[in-house]
Amino acid sequence: MAAQRPSQLFRNLNAKIASIPMILTAVVVFLGGTLWTVVYSFTDSKLLPRLRFVGLDQYERLWSSNRWLVSIENLAIYGILSLVFSLVIGFVLAALLDQKIRFEDTFRTIFLYPFALSFIVTGLVWQWLLNPDLGIASVIRGLGWTSFTFDPLYNADIVIYGILIAGLWQGTGLVMCLMLAGLRGIDEDIWKAARVDGIPMWKTYLFIVIPMMRPVFITTLVLITAGIVKLYDLVVAQTGGGPGIASEVPAKYVYDMMFLAQNLGQGFAASTMMLLTVAIILIPWAYLEFGGKRRG
Amino acid sequence: MADLSLPATAAARVEPRGARPRPALSRRNVILYGTLIVVALYYLLPLYVMVVTSLKGMPEIRLGNIFSPPMEITFQPWVKAWAEACTGLNCDGLSRGFWNSVRITVPSVVISIAIASVNGYALANWRFRGSEVFFAILIFGAFIPYQVMLYPIVILLREIGLYGTLTGLVIVHSIFGMPILTLLFRNYFASVPEELFKAARVDGAGFWGIYLKIMLPMALPIFVVAIILQVTGIWNDFLFGVVYTRPDTYPMTVQLNNIVNSTQGVKEYNVNMAATIITGLVPLVIYFISGKLFVRGIAAGAVKG
Amino acid sequence: MTAMQTSVAVKDLELAYGSVTVLNGLNLDIAEGEFIVLLGPSGCGKSTLLNCIAGLLDITDGQIWIKGKNVTWEEPKDRGIGMVFQSYALYPQMTVRGNLSFGLKNAGLPRPEIEKRIARAAEILQIEPLLERKPAALSGGQRQRVAIGRALVRDVDVFLFDEPLSNLDAKLRSELRVEIKRLHQQLRNTMIYVTHDQIEALTLADRIAVMRGGYIQQLADPKTIYNRPANLFVAGFIGSPAMTMLKGRIDAAGAFAMDGLSVPLAGYNGAVPPAGTEAILGVRPEHVAIAPASDGPGDGPGDGPGDGLPATIDIDEPMGSDSLLWMTIAGQPISARIEADHPFRQGQPVRLGFDIPRCSLFDRKSEQRL
Repeated sequence: MAAQRPSQLFRNLNAKIASIPMILTAVVVFLGGTLWTVVYSFTDSKLLPRLRFVGLDQYERLWSSNRWLVSIENLAIYGILSLVFSLVIGFVLAALLDQKIRFEDTFRTIFLYPFALSFIVTGLVWQWLLNPDLGIASVIRGLGWTSFTFDPLYNADIVIYGILIAGLWQGTGLVMCLMLAGLRGIDEDIWKAARVDGIPMWKTYLFIVIPMMRPVFITTLVLITAGIVKLYDLVVAQTGGGPGIASEVPAKYVYDMMFLAQNLGQGFAASTMMLLTVAIILIPWAYLEFGGKRRG
Repeated sequence: MADLSLPATAAARVEPRGARPRPALSRRNVILYGTLIVVALYYLLPLYVMVVTSLKGMPEIRLGNIFSPPMEITFQPWVKAWAEACTGLNCDGLSRGFWNSVRITVPSVVISIAIASVNGYALANWRFRGSEVFFAILIFGAFIPYQVMLYPIVILLREIGLYGTLTGLVIVHSIFGMPILTLLFRNYFASVPEELFKAARVDGAGFWGIYLKIMLPMALPIFVVAIILQVTGIWNDFLFGVVYTRPDTYPMTVQLNNIVNSTQGVKEYNVNMAATIITGLVPLVIYFISGKLFVRGIAAGAVKG
Repeated sequence: MTAMQTSVAVKDLELAYGSVTVLNGLNLDIAEGEFIVLLGPSGCGKSTLLNCIAGLLDITDGQIWIKGKNVTWEEPKDRGIGMVFQSYALYPQMTVRGNLSFGLKNAGLPRPEIEKRIARAAEILQIEPLLERKPAALSGGQRQRVAIGRALVRDVDVFLFDEPLSNLDAKLRSELRVEIKRLHQQLRNTMIYVTHDQIEALTLADRIAVMRGGYIQQLADPKTIYNRPANLFVAGFIGSPAMTMLKGRIDAAGAFAMDGLSVPLAGYNGAVPPAGTEAILGVRPEHVAIAPASDGPGDGPGDGPGDGLPATIDIDEPMGSDSLLWMTIAGQPISARIEADHPFRQGQPVRLGFDIPRCSLFDRKSEQRL
């Protein structure tokens, strides 16, 4: 009489079938691929991957490579500045748009459209705008300021700032959108209470609203950072890493080592370092967001 | 103000009444709108320069400044960018890259959304042991730099004989679209009242029946968001295109970069800008017609970074 | 200009968003120390009116006077008001002390004065032990007390409450209600209190302004509002269970006639209209006396003259302390509130008597009280 209890494996079978692509992706590609790369970063793989372990050799070579050090330095400068500027500009723009202004939709559309464009397009446009002979610099010289030079893309010392300008143009709109959503989530009564208390607007933003938006800021921070580490297309399009190696970045180092220099081991070691960077940022955030108990 | 019967002596002093007087040109408004307009101009400038440059002839570009509108409008650069520009030995313009991108984007979008929507539905309504663990790995995977997984995937694709083909790239896009899309659909389906799902089960509908007859019709807006997200994301991809395809199957972004940054020949800035606009046109059009949905999409897609 | 005892005066207030007029030609005078409640269903304009008084909304026309001063163009902070919000609106990252002192610091008050005011407010509201805590660590009732404290430390003459108890559960709500009443008796400030809860209105108010559609329907003390509602809307909105509305007309004898029944209106608290007027007789459940059909009219407190009106009991709803009987009279439903252990049962024919002096008669067309 008692119906046979179906095997545990076949319960909810359809859902399991539907999840096969996800399970394969998560386990084989994300988990397996990552482990594979980490393991092979300890080998002396050249043109083809091979399992001849050489300990930390690849990492020693990596950290003594001038090009990698430049890449790291560039990423650090770009990362910190882009983080600071996009958060500040994004928040200020969002706050301006939150003043019950007219044409809000128009302004928002304008600030966000670069985000729809690829980094390749962004990089090429700014390459043209920053062209020292025919670009903005030439226009300013034409206005009578004849000694004006602004050639970030051809000047090794400031090339990373040229890339930063393009990166900010492309990405600030997104930050603005996230911030605007955060601002709209603030209880209307808080603003009223602050007004009745006679607190000036800038103080309300600084001491009440921004602290209240902490979760939005943290999430945005994590998202921008994860994006910054991947910085690649923009550099390829705008400068190709030049002049010389002045605007190299880690992601480009990885690609060049793996697919151009036929030095797989270096590529694996460099990409493992990138993974480590992301992990250092991500794990504390994940802990705060999901793990640690909330304190009052 | 005529109805105000003030004593004559007080008439000079305006008794506050009605809305607080706020001149349209108050200091606050000037600063507010002034800032917004200046910033808006900064954001619009590159688009303007792109368009203007692409409509000029090379002699005019060499003479004039990049902001001035073209004295003589020419569409020659557009024609050349589309049909004649060279990358390496091929001289059939961006059109080849465009069609490659279409052949990559359409199946990638369809497959990734089909897989992710069913998957998100399974995760929201048919949880099984371990499903949340796999999902957590998937989401964390979204933060792993792609560079870490580039080469293992090369090996996988080579093993199944798809390395360098459009099909291979479609698989790659489906894989990397999965975290964000699954998250999007899972959250959406989780917000559907559970009673509805239970009622359908009591009525005898199964896994696929509920998905097709109940969930799918309700989820149309989120499908639109997913489509917007995927089309722009895949169209704009460069890294996967350059790694997993060969020159004759390069997507548009890769080809564009090769055309503009080729070291051979004289730089034709007008052709370059025309090519750049053409490449950016698809996501731009989607952006301008989708409006608010795009914002929703990127807010969700921001996880992709 | 304004009478000395007037604390808040709203004159010909008009508020419109584009073509939508929310408030139109609204006038309201509130006396010094008065507790006034703005009562009405959601969307009636009561919160809007309060926000206009606070200066949080820019009005379209008219004036606001507070303490004999025209504050129409003043900033909220300069109007001498304190405000308490439904969602408390406490600054989440500041301690209770920080919440109370933030506004005062911004106003540039000296430190000892701030300390003195916080100490006083904390004592009145009994929140001294909570001063160093953050809002997240407080219960709903404690948060609302802090929110009241923030208004209190401002040392102002007028308190504005915007549905302050709506986010609390029923028990806390009645506790805080009493506390607000006590606070008012202690401070004697002018208080303007917005709510959709008629119990809050009836228990707290010196006067209630019942609002609908941007207009004040009736402005009077709770007793008058309850016993002599100015129109059908006020009559229906106030009272739970709701007042029974019987449709009928005035007959030649000056009685209220419906479907063959005649209710004499002797003793009605107002002018009985001429014969033929289409009218509505409003009877509160507790003003109905009820007796078994065989006897004469009931011997309850509302013993009316005559033989009583025939009715049938449909449903009996025991509510613990008393019972609500739903009956049919002349084809119309009517409810009566009687003691819980009554002898009546479902389907039983009974006779009813109305306490006419406490009934209300409305014109069916104008819906105004007659």
